[in-house]
Amino acid sequence: MSFKAEHELHTRRFGRNLGVALTLVAFIVIVFGLTVAKVTSGDMSLPTVGTEQN
Amino acid sequence: MSDASINASTLRDDEASFGDYFALLKPRVMSLVVFTALVGLVAAPVSVNPFIAFCAILFIAIGGGASGALNMWWDADIDAVMKRTRKRPIPAGKVGSEEAMQIGLALSAMSCVMLALATNIFAGAFLAFTIFFYVVIYTMWLKRLTPQNIVIGGAAGAFPPVIGWIAATGSMTVEPWLMFALTFMWTPPHFWALALFMRSDYDDAGVPMLTVTHGRRATRLHILAYTALLAIFAIGAAFTDIGGPVYLTVAVVLNALFLRGAWQISRRDEAASETDNFKVERSFFKLSLLYLFLHFGAILVEAVLKPYGLGGW
Repeated sequence: MSFKAEHELHTRRFGRNLGVALTLVAFIVIVFGLTVAKVTSGDMSLPTVGTEQN
Repeated sequence: MSDASINASTLRDDEASFGDYFALLKPRVMSLVVFTALVGLVAAPVSVNPFIAFCAILFIAIGGGASGALNMWWDADIDAVMKRTRKRPIPAGKVGSEEAMQIGLALSAMSCVMLALATNIFAGAFLAFTIFFYVVIYTMWLKRLTPQNIVIGGAAGAFPPVIGWIAATGSMTVEPWLMFALTFMWTPPHFWALALFMRSDYDDAGVPMLTVTHGRRATRLHILAYTALLAIFAIGAAFTDIGGPVYLTVAVVLNALFLRGAWQISRRDEAASETDNFKVERSFFKLSLLYLFLHFGAILVEAVLKPYGLGGW
């Protein structure tokens, strides 16, 4: 089978690789966004130290 | 290894594209999961950060998709036989069944962990239970064992609004279970109508659908019985916390139409159905899609209007 530079298979594989890349980028954005949302909404605030214990 | 090393023996015309992997996640089922989970989340009486809400819906959808991939892995043999499912990525030879299983397991784990981190552990655990229920209880166990497969398996598709509610509140009350019951009771007439006009599909695959085990006449009567029960429940839900005037109006109109369709189906014989190529059964199936969408849409409207003093009673 001859295999030209612009074989349809190249396009399909490029599309698949691009899809995986974009999915990974989207995952990074989501984890970053979640972190920001959690920190700014106070879900991740540290326990306050100030109550005296006997 | 680069593409330059590819030789003729490694070339496959049917090699999967990204879309084939996406198709493993059953996008159409995912759209139902997204919508019902969104309604469950919005109807919950707490405010959720919009980005966290978006992530919660996304991970519930991915969890639903992952269970779809696992379903396709397990059911690859019967999917290849049925006309309706023959073109799915595994029977079409685009994606290997082992690959589908690995994708399904990886996405299941990722979605449950991420949902737990984004919202709360209860929601993540409930998503894990839903995936387990759909894949193990329904797909592996009941689907090929009992004609009640659709009735019990319908629970898996009914869990998303409950997960959405738990993601928002971190607790469980009766309201999300009303939404659960709506989808749960809607599933049997929806699938039995499909089984009526897909005719030999389930026969050929050896899946014990009601049409195969109890006959088509009994299936028609079952559709009517379940639709009547669904109507009582769906209209009754209008007078609970998730209901209101908008929901009541939608429920009365849709249930009248749905009951009319079920009645017509129950009165038809096979000869009449074959003459018009199952016109009534097909339109009942289409109406069932609209039925669920509009009921949940009405619950969503009631929930959105509530803060302005307009939704609910």
